[in-house]
Amino acid sequence: MEQGLSIRKLLIANRGEIACRVIRAAKELGLETVQVVSEADTDSLAARMADHVKVIGPPHPAKSYLNADAILSAARECGADAIHPGYGFLSENAGFADAVESAGLTFIGPLADTIRLMGDKAAARAQARDAGVPTVPGSDGVINDVDEALTLAEAIGFPVMIKASAGGGGRGIRVAEDSDDVRRLAPQASSEAEAAFGDGGIYVEKLIEKARHVEVQVLGDGLDVVHFFDRECSLQRRRQKVWEEAPSAAVGNAARARLCASAVDLAKSVDYRGAGTVEYLYDEATGEFYFIEMNTRIQVEHPVTEMICGTDLVIGMIRVCAGQKLALTQDEIARTGHAIEVRLNAEDPVNNFMPFPGIVTGLRVPEGDGIRFDHMLYDGYEVPPFYDSLLGKLIVWAPDRAQAITRLASALGRLDIDGLPTTAPLHSALAGNAEVQANAVHTDWMETWLERNTDKLAKQEEAAA
Amino acid sequence: MARHEIKSPIPGTYYRKPAPEEPPFVDIGDAVAEGDVVALVEVMKSFHPIKADAEGIISGFPLEDGEPVAAGMTIVELD
Repeated sequence: MEQGLSIRKLLIANRGEIACRVIRAAKELGLETVQVVSEADTDSLAARMADHVKVIGPPHPAKSYLNADAILSAARECGADAIHPGYGFLSENAGFADAVESAGLTFIGPLADTIRLMGDKAAARAQARDAGVPTVPGSDGVINDVDEALTLAEAIGFPVMIKASAGGGGRGIRVAEDSDDVRRLAPQASSEAEAAFGDGGIYVEKLIEKARHVEVQVLGDGLDVVHFFDRECSLQRRRQKVWEEAPSAAVGNAARARLCASAVDLAKSVDYRGAGTVEYLYDEATGEFYFIEMNTRIQVEHPVTEMICGTDLVIGMIRVCAGQKLALTQDEIARTGHAIEVRLNAEDPVNNFMPFPGIVTGLRVPEGDGIRFDHMLYDGYEVPPFYDSLLGKLIVWAPDRAQAITRLASALGRLDIDGLPTTAPLHSALAGNAEVQANAVHTDWMETWLERNTDKLAKQEEAAA
Repeated sequence: MARHEIKSPIPGTYYRKPAPEEPPFVDIGDAVAEGDVVALVEVMKSFHPIKADAEGIISGFPLEDGEPVAAGMTIVELD
């Protein structure tokens, strides 16, 4: 076991590819691993990799991976002294982080108070502003009448977005181009939110047109914070990231320096511990960026950062949460080349992305320089229907972006996941797309492109089969 | 023996109600027509309505609300 770590047995409170990723990091640190599984996951790759496996409940997440009591009992029974929550499930649940620490175990993540603060949209925004981080101009809190919405919209400048404060996932968002729109749409948004969530409160926010999604990876030890540069995740479908890059090819070095410094400022202002991501909208036309939120966990797309910085972020987050100081100063962190990750989901891209669980009847994984495949698969594996559809992530690195796209296309051609449809054909089409190659994209680009190109995608798939 | 069985074409989690606090789509003794929604199946975090593929009177529900369902499993029996 590595010297200076305060833990020796790590329980992984997650599943799928991220559980496998955490186990790999834990083994490199010489930690013993306990994988908790639902009854549907006893045959998972993570269960096969871990030193110990503990069944914590039925398939449904509420009864297993979201069942904090069952997870803590498993930790006690197995003698685990730390819990890694992965992403999703309980990873950003402040109550769980509190319960873990109260049980005398180490939570591989920030303190519960940090999770709580960043999980509250208004409080996170206020914290960002206090730390000097630009936020999207808009209402600081909930507004309740049309006049207030109108005054604010005129002060911010059109177009503006009107959002339900209780909503989420893009639900109930309306775009107002002028004052008349606000008069018409604000009451609609409010009454719809009242009906759907029992809370008619709304927000007004400046609409950043053709915005890009950029984010900065940070790592803190509770005293100091460093960044590992930026990622861009503008290719999204239904607000889910599909394709991620590091660094953002749209952000110039002067803007990058300000962007990364602002993320460090925010993380330092809360004495951040662990791995975190500060997310921004980037307006390429003006070079301005605006804070959206901070994710207080490891993210799905962390490998692209690892590829350009030559670092292991999961090992890094375990170390700092297990009592070590940051191993690197900012001066020692450099980036080189360009990395791209694509998400391989068990979804049929030509059938409206219908989820498609099934049995993997064959698996061929591309190998070679600058190619990495983080996944949860093996030949014969039955993908359960109870969880999200992410099967794995293909990650490539090359000296520059154009070469990375070429390498991605080539690696996708050598990847075979037989037995179920995946989003691989979508990524091949994107890699061959002129606008993607020219990096002329924004957060709404992919949905518009899909509307026009689903038929073409279907024909390509037919031809390939 | 039921006269007709409505099966789930997809695996996932079976729900008898549109939302936890709402009443079931259908109940024993209800008449259903072809195309009526009789259940939801949640697969990989997305919800798919299951429609009756025949008309009849509902005589049984082999599964409990919220139970896992395999593709091809009967979810509603009609007489």
